Amino acid sequence: MTEIAIEGLGKNYGDCVVLENVNATLPDHEFAVILGPSGAGKTTLLRLLLSQEIPTRGQILIDGVPIDPEPQPDRGVVFQRYSVFPHRTVLDNVMMGPQLAAAPFTGRLWGARRRALADKAKTLLAEVGLIDHVKKYPTQLSGGMQQRLAIAQALIMEPKVLLLDEPFGALDQSTKKAMHRLILDLWQRNEMPIVMVTHDIGEAFTLGTRILMVDKARRDPQAPQAYGSTITQDIRLDPSKKPQLRVVEEGEDEASTMQAIFNQYRERASDCLVDRASDKPEERASA
Amino acid sequence: MKRAINYSPSRPSAILLALLPFGLCLVIYAIGSDIRLTENPQDKLMPSFGSFADAIHALAFTENRRTGEYVFWTDTLISLQRIFIGLSISAVIGLVIGIPVAFLPTFRALFGPFIAAFALIPPLAVLPILFIIFGLGETSKIVLIVFGIAPFLTRDIMLEVIAIPREQLIKAQTLGASTWQMIVHVVFPQVIPRLFDSLRLSLGATWLFLIAAEAIASEGGLGYRIFLVRRFLSMDVILPYVAWITLLAFLMDYAFSKAARTTSRWYYLDRAA
Ligand SMILES: Nc1ncnc2c1ncn2[C@@H]1O[C@H](COP(=O)(O)OP(=O)(O)OP(=O)(O)O)[C@@H](O)[C@H]1O
Ligand SMILES: [Mg+2]
Repeated sequence: MTEIAIEGLGKNYGDCVVLENVNATLPDHEFAVILGPSGAGKTTLLRLLLSQEIPTRGQILIDGVPIDPEPQPDRGVVFQRYSVFPHRTVLDNVMMGPQLAAAPFTGRLWGARRRALADKAKTLLAEVGLIDHVKKYPTQLSGGMQQRLAIAQALIMEPKVLLLDEPFGALDQSTKKAMHRLILDLWQRNEMPIVMVTHDIGEAFTLGTRILMVDKARRDPQAPQAYGSTITQDIRLDPSKKPQLRVVEEGEDEASTMQAIFNQYRERASDCLVDRASDKPEERASA
Repeated sequence: MKRAINYSPSRPSAILLALLPFGLCLVIYAIGSDIRLTENPQDKLMPSFGSFADAIHALAFTENRRTGEYVFWTDTLISLQRIFIGLSISAVIGLVIGIPVAFLPTFRALFGPFIAAFALIPPLAVLPILFIIFGLGETSKIVLIVFGIAPFLTRDIMLEVIAIPREQLIKAQTLGASTWQMIVHVVFPQVIPRLFDSLRLSLGATWLFLIAAEAIASEGGLGYRIFLVRRFLSMDVILPYVAWITLLAFLMDYAFSKAARTTSRWYYLDRAA
């Protein structure tokens, strides 16, 4: 059971008020999506949840206890970029956390304990579809694969809550869709709350059981920094009534490849479709 | 016509092109030397390749009658030893000081400006001080190299540590890493390739400091020999020594680049050179 309570939270950077009076309670197993325009303070809110920043006002409680002022293993994180260690192989990246805990000085396990950990890491890597790439380094992976690695690396710590800052922002639509299924699948199996930042409204409604909109409630045109953002929308979605939230079964044929999504869009655009451009190059050039 | 920047030579022609300037230098030298020697057979400035061979034979393959040593090899050994010790100490200082100072905010506040100022002291200006403190023996020469190289390595490593994305360090903390574990498992492995790169870049300065120290006070070493025979205008010794020093520096450069590649394979996966 994990319950996150955000109470009267505010954050200033110097004179600039970024967040003010943010209140929310996230019950156990919530998939909370933080939505908002660019610069609204979504990342700032996530950093506060992570203890990467210290709040100016208010507090955050997990299960009634104020969170530690430093980032700790109880809160796992995946950033948009730079979440994995480039000097470690895929398997070593996933095995890193538990090894640090078990061997404070060397950070390395040996023998049977190492093999047990490697098995656990491989199980996780299989879940995120990276089992064929355990020996590669992150630079040898695509963007989507790196994010899946970061998720596995965070999950092996069994955090109370998983924090995601635009984890799929840099991915193409088909990869994004595959990642949505993966994260929903992991979320349902791991029974932990997820807090995810995005500015993609579609993504928010596909994934979230809770959508929090962070935006400015008041504006002063003379002093734009005088007022910060707060939660302007707070809605709940019932996962059992959302068809998209179902974990997709094997072989189910939904538009998931780039090709399929392209075809969908082309279908929608059929009215304004011109003859294939490559057929009449001169016409195109003169137009 | 392709633009010049889009034309890249094939592998065999690249090798030929690379050799061309070297060959050209040798040819020009041979011609110049020949002209001068026909004018004046006693000319010392541009000896023939034959005199080089004689000089090298005498120094490298003939036992010195007085000491029983092979001068050329003893010089090489002494100089390489000084460089090896000097660079090793510099690298260790660079890591042991650079990483904690750049990584821990308190250390950075305490030592950052001091290191920046210290690095600006011209090493050669303090050479007399080194001689006074450490005497004329090995220590002062090694200390000069360390004095000249370690601040550069330290600052370079500091820049590399600061460039590590903040996200990685936050991530490490969410994996439970302590400060020590972050230094050992996140920072240290990621500065190693940069350390080798800056060692490569400091090779020129290293030799400069070594030769300066050997020229002023020494009983052996490649720099010592060059400055010793200068009095007799022995270009037949000086030029081969210069070429040899250059070759040694080149080989060290190559060794460092190889070492970087073997110890940090991940770093070169998405880099061409
Ligand atoms: N370290 C900082 N110092 C000063 N101001 C900051 C700092 N970090 C963020 N800000 C300011 O806080 C505001 C919110 O930034 P934040 O990164 O949280 O926005 P965001 O909602 O995540 O935007 P985006 O969608 O573009 O990522 C911005 O106006 C930014 O200028
Ligand atoms: Mg952001």
